[in-house]
Amino acid sequence: MLNILNKINGINNVIENNNNLLEIEFEKNNIIKIFNELRDNTELNFNQLLDITAVDYPSREFRFDLIYILQSLKKNKKIILKTFIKENENIESITNIHKSADWYERECYDLFGIEFINHPDLRRIMTDYNFEGYPLRKDFPLTGHTEVRYDDLEKKVIYEPVKLTQEFRNFDSESPWEGMENKLFGDEKSTGEN
Amino acid sequence: MKEVELNTTTINFGPQHPAAHGVLRLVVELEGEVVQRAEPHIGLLHRGTEKLIEYKTYLQAVPYFDRLDYVSPMCQEHAFALATENLLGINVPERAKYIRVIFAEITRILNHLLNIPAYAADIGAVTPFLWCFEEREKLLEFHEAVSGARFHAAYFRPGGVHQDMPEGMEEKLFDHFKTLPKFIDDLESLLTNNRILRQRSVDIGIISKSEAIEWGCSGPVLRSAGVAWDLRRSQPYDAYNQVDFEVPVGKKGDCFDRYLVRIEEMRQSISIINQCLNKIKPGPISIEDNKITPPKRNQMKKSMEALIHHFKLFTEGYRVPAGQVYSAVEAPKGEFGVYLVSDGSSKPYRCKIRAPGFAHLQTLDHLSKGHLMADIAAILGSLDIVFGEIDR
Repeated sequence: MLNILNKINGINNVIENNNNLLEIEFEKNNIIKIFNELRDNTELNFNQLLDITAVDYPSREFRFDLIYILQSLKKNKKIILKTFIKENENIESITNIHKSADWYERECYDLFGIEFINHPDLRRIMTDYNFEGYPLRKDFPLTGHTEVRYDDLEKKVIYEPVKLTQEFRNFDSESPWEGMENKLFGDEKSTGEN
Repeated sequence: MKEVELNTTTINFGPQHPAAHGVLRLVVELEGEVVQRAEPHIGLLHRGTEKLIEYKTYLQAVPYFDRLDYVSPMCQEHAFALATENLLGINVPERAKYIRVIFAEITRILNHLLNIPAYAADIGAVTPFLWCFEEREKLLEFHEAVSGARFHAAYFRPGGVHQDMPEGMEEKLFDHFKTLPKFIDDLESLLTNNRILRQRSVDIGIISKSEAIEWGCSGPVLRSAGVAWDLRRSQPYDAYNQVDFEVPVGKKGDCFDRYLVRIEEMRQSISIINQCLNKIKPGPISIEDNKITPPKRNQMKKSMEALIHHFKLFTEGYRVPAGQVYSAVEAPKGEFGVYLVSDGSSKPYRCKIRAPGFAHLQTLDHLSKGHLMADIAAILGSLDIVFGEIDR
């Protein structure tokens, strides 16, 4: 299977993971061709799209890892496909190849702000109506920007900026000590030949 | 220009409707009583679980999984535990594997014991609901006995399970699962040949083999369409390769087949549990590495080292080597997967949850087209929708 995958135009890097899982990097411009090939090649038969998601790395130029998880029921195999895209870049939708991509792409758009070209109905899906911002980006605060409450005077639910009764605390309990070599001056003499 | 008169009514179904199984808002376009389009609006229960997990250590993330699909909590912890163990490169002891399988199957029965009567209630039968809740209560007592909680167990943890089963638990389980098959027979006598149930579910919401695969369906929905696909069989995890069970499949892929598949799955689960109870042996229930699982209480009273380990585990947590993994389990509703990315710190960099219900709900528009409005309730019920996992 590795050989066939390596031959597909646009696939750069195939790594065999420890548990029957393949990690593949591909070029985003060839996405339609690659996914068609993966589905239609009888040796591969990746006919089920399990998920689409992204990972945000704000410090990188290609900010997002876009992840596609495919499964082949025939070959009993799962693959993770990965491509890199910049913040304001968009990518071709694969809804014509895998029907289930519809909501997955909408979710990705909603939570990360990645746009999919030619998606039939690219709207927000998870967040509130009229929501602003992309919550799963690393620069979006955990507490969000607005909160809602029922206003007794106006007799309706109103939106307000978040007010925290206690300041948001994010404890950094990561210890710097783990894994440090316990080297004392002069120690090398105890094991050395001199 | 020719004028076309559209004679459709658009109605709003939910988000507060008992047949919506939670907070589902459906915009339904009807022509007379025939559904033309059903558009689900989801996200009303969105709690940002994935974002929250990024701010918690791996151990603190476990309870969030109970709260996703809140009728089958332990199966989801299972997926997270497997993903984390995979990144850590550890292998849990034999006894823990069996305990996990036993409780994953109890959870499966629990889930089906809720879904089947809820489905029946949606299409007109009330009695099974009352019967099944009594049985569920008995099973939840087993949950409580091992973890202290009926629902939000936080029992399957990376490295094993939280604590061993109490003494005499094996015999109690064994006795209980002697009586359960009789209950399933009784339940079937109420439903399977019931005229109303058949009229409301046979040939309703048919999904074909290829459609089921294309739409990303899994679990009972995929099996009811005739695809013999079960992750417990095809990609076995923990002790599933040690047990023998059958994978029930449907013929047509309609609501009735989905119901039948679930009934049979409960029987298979009982068989799996009995096999596990015969094979399980005493031994450790989590890996004995105090860098990952906490030391025993009495050790902490005596050993400084144990005390330090305990403190470090519950403040900093353990560090997980950098990498990515996708681990999936056969949850009662289908393939529940966790895609985990670690950057080498003690908190997940990204944790994507793949919920089976999300893919299933997506097919609703396709399944309900051309059916009557009342059939939407039947289709929703048979898809086993729970909003905790769909909205996350």
